Amino acid sequence: MATVDLTSIAKSFGPTKVLGGVDLSIADGEFLTLVGPSGCGKSTLIRIIAGLEAQDSGGVAIGGASVDHLRAHERRVAMVFQSYALYPHMTVGANIGLPLTMSRMTLRQRLPLLRLLSRQRREILRGIEADVGAVAAQLQLEHLLDRRPAQLSGGQRQRVALGRAMVRSPDVFLMDEPLSNLDAKLRVHMRTELAELHKRLGATFIYVTHDQIEAMTMSDRVAMMDAGDVLQLGTPSELYERPASIKVAQFIGSPAINLLPATLAGSGRIELFGRPLSLAVNGTAGASITLGIRAEALSLAQGEPGQGGRAWFSARLRRKENLGSEYILHFDLAGRDAPGVTTRATAATAATVNETAEVALTFDETACHVFDVGGERLEPRNGGAVSSVVPLRA
Amino acid sequence: MASVTLPVAARAAAPITPSGAIAKRLLSLVVVHGILLAGAIFMLLPFVWMLITSIKPPAEIFTAQISLWPKQFYGVENYSFALSQAPLLRFALNGVILCAGILVVQLLVAIPCAYALAKLRFPGRNLLFVLVLLGLCIPVQVPAMPLYIALAELGLLNTYFAMMVPFFLSVFAIFLFRQFFRSFPDDIIHAARLDGMSEFEIVWRIVTPSAWPAIAAFSVFSAVAHWNDLYWPLIVISDAKLAPPPLGMMFFADAETGSNYGALTAAATVLTAPLVIAFLIARRRFIDGITMTGVK
Repeated sequence: MATVDLTSIAKSFGPTKVLGGVDLSIADGEFLTLVGPSGCGKSTLIRIIAGLEAQDSGGVAIGGASVDHLRAHERRVAMVFQSYALYPHMTVGANIGLPLTMSRMTLRQRLPLLRLLSRQRREILRGIEADVGAVAAQLQLEHLLDRRPAQLSGGQRQRVALGRAMVRSPDVFLMDEPLSNLDAKLRVHMRTELAELHKRLGATFIYVTHDQIEAMTMSDRVAMMDAGDVLQLGTPSELYERPASIKVAQFIGSPAINLLPATLAGSGRIELFGRPLSLAVNGTAGASITLGIRAEALSLAQGEPGQGGRAWFSARLRRKENLGSEYILHFDLAGRDAPGVTTRATAATAATVNETAEVALTFDETACHVFDVGGERLEPRNGGAVSSVVPLRA
Repeated sequence: MASVTLPVAARAAAPITPSGAIAKRLLSLVVVHGILLAGAIFMLLPFVWMLITSIKPPAEIFTAQISLWPKQFYGVENYSFALSQAPLLRFALNGVILCAGILVVQLLVAIPCAYALAKLRFPGRNLLFVLVLLGLCIPVQVPAMPLYIALAELGLLNTYFAMMVPFFLSVFAIFLFRQFFRSFPDDIIHAARLDGMSEFEIVWRIVTPSAWPAIAAFSVFSAVAHWNDLYWPLIVISDAKLAPPPLGMMFFADAETGSNYGALTAAATVLTAPLVIAFLIARRRFIDGITMTGVK
C-alpha cells in the first residue's frame, strides 16, 4: 500500500504543452479520480505515473520513494486500459497469469524448448495457476479461463483486465477510462463493483475518466483537470457545491449548471436582468459577472412572482424531457441576451407549464455561484455555504 | 417555427418491372464475368500450354494446327525421360533449402526492425524509414558485382550461403511488417511493458502472433521470388548439384534434351507444381495478408 506524490510534472509533445506543472498528493488507499474533457492531459498524467511516458520535468514518488529511475514493471503499479489491452492470442488464464510468469520465472524458464530443461518450472506453474484461480474466483471468471478475449463480451473482457491487474497485488491501481467502452447499464453495474473492489483491496486507486458521474459516484477525492492543469482538487461534494471556477461548475453536474450574465451595481450588489438581488460580492461597480444556478436551485414560482422578496425572472418553455422519476424543463429567456436555462420538476409541476405562456422562475440566492469575468469564483459577502476549499490555481 | 421543405426525388423515368430488373442484372453479370474470364484465360494459357505440351509426342508439338489434346498420349515417356535424365528432385530440394533459409533469416531480421520503426520512439526513426523506402527502389542487379567479388574473394562461390546472402535483409519485408505493426494497439504493448516483458519478448510473444496474415503473405512473395530466381544463382552457382529449379532447368535444356520440348515442359511442370500447390493451400492467408487492415 502506498501514497503517490507528484511534484510539478510537466510534459510537452513537441510544441504542444500537455501538462503544465501538476502537483498532486494521493493518500494511501485513496480513490482519486482525474476528470476533465478529452485532451486535458489526464491520460498522459496517468501514463507518467505508470512509467509508460517520461515527464519533461518534475518527479513521481510512490510510497515516499522516487520512482523516476524505475521502469514501468518495477513500480509496483498495475494499469487497466480503456481498450482492455488483452493479449489477443492468449487464453484468459494466460492473460491473467502473464504478469506472474514474468516475475516468477527466469528468462531461461520462459524460452521455448529451453524451458523443458527446468525442474522448478512445473512447481512455479502450479503456483501461478493457483493464484490465477483465486483472482478468477473473485471476479467470477473461473468458467472462462480457457477462452480467448475475442470470445468474451465487453464486461467479461473488462473483468479479465481487472484480474490481470489484481493478480500482481500492486500498491497502486491506475485506471484509464476503464468503463468507457461498456454499454450504459453495465457501466452503472461496474461502478459499484469497482468501488467495492477498492474497499476490499485497500489499495490506492487513480482513476481517469471524462464522465463526471463516474468521478462523483466512486471517488474519495476528484481532481478536475483542463488544458494540462488541475483546476480544483476536493471531495465530490466540494466540487459540486463550491466550484472554484466556471469550468469546474460547467463540467460537474448533470444537467449542466445554468449560467446567466449579470452585472455589479454599487457596493457589490448583483443585478440580474436589471433587477437587483440581495446577493453582494467584492468588486467594482459596472463589472460584468456570471451567475451560476444549478437546475435544482431553480423552480417555477408559485403564486405571484417576487413574493417574499425571492429573486425571479421570466422565461418561456421550450421542451420537456421526461426522465421517469422527474422532468427536466428547458426554458428560453425570450428577448434576453442569455442562453436558455434548465430546471428539474416533478411530473405534477411539469404538467402545469406549456409553450404558450411565459412563466416566472424563482431561485434561492444563497445557492448561487458567482464567477468573475475570468471565470474565477467570487465569494458572496452575505451567506452562501461556507467550507474550506482552496482552489489550487489562482 | 420556419417551415422546412425537403427536396423531392425526381420520379424514375420508367417503372421498374421484375423481369426488366432480372435482365439488367443478368447483363451486368455476363459483362463482368466475360471480362474476368478473358483475364483468366490470358494468364492461364501459358500454363495450360505447358501442361499440354508435356504430354504430346515430339511430332505433334510442331504441327501447324492448334490442338488442345494430343492424338497420341505421350505423357509417360516425356515425364519418365525428364525424371530419369535430370535430377529434378535434387533441384526441387535445393529450391526448398534456398527458400526456407532466406525466409527464416528475413523474418528474424525484418520483424524486430519493423517493430522498432513502427512502435519505438527514437531520434532518426523517420530518416531510417526513408532509407528503407529508398532501399525498395534499388534493383538486385546494382549490388551484384561487389557481392560477387566479395564472395569470390572469400571462396564462397558455389555454396548455398552465396545464393542466400543478398536476400537476407528484405526491405520489402520491413516495410510490409512496419505497416502491419502500426495498426497494433499501443495499449497492448503498454500492458506488456507493465507486466514486465522486454521489448524482444513483446516482439516475439505479443506482436508476432497477431501478424500471421502478414507473415503468410510475405512468405508467399518471398518463396515465389526465390524459387523462380534465375539471375543470382546463375552468377554464383556453376555446380549442377546446387542448382535451384530455374538454373537446373537451364542445365537440363543445354545438356540433355536439345529440342525435346515435351521432356522440357514435363520437367517445368514438375518444378512449378510445388509452388502452385503451396499457394493453393495458403491462398486464404495470402489474400487476408494483402487486404489486411490490422488486428480487430
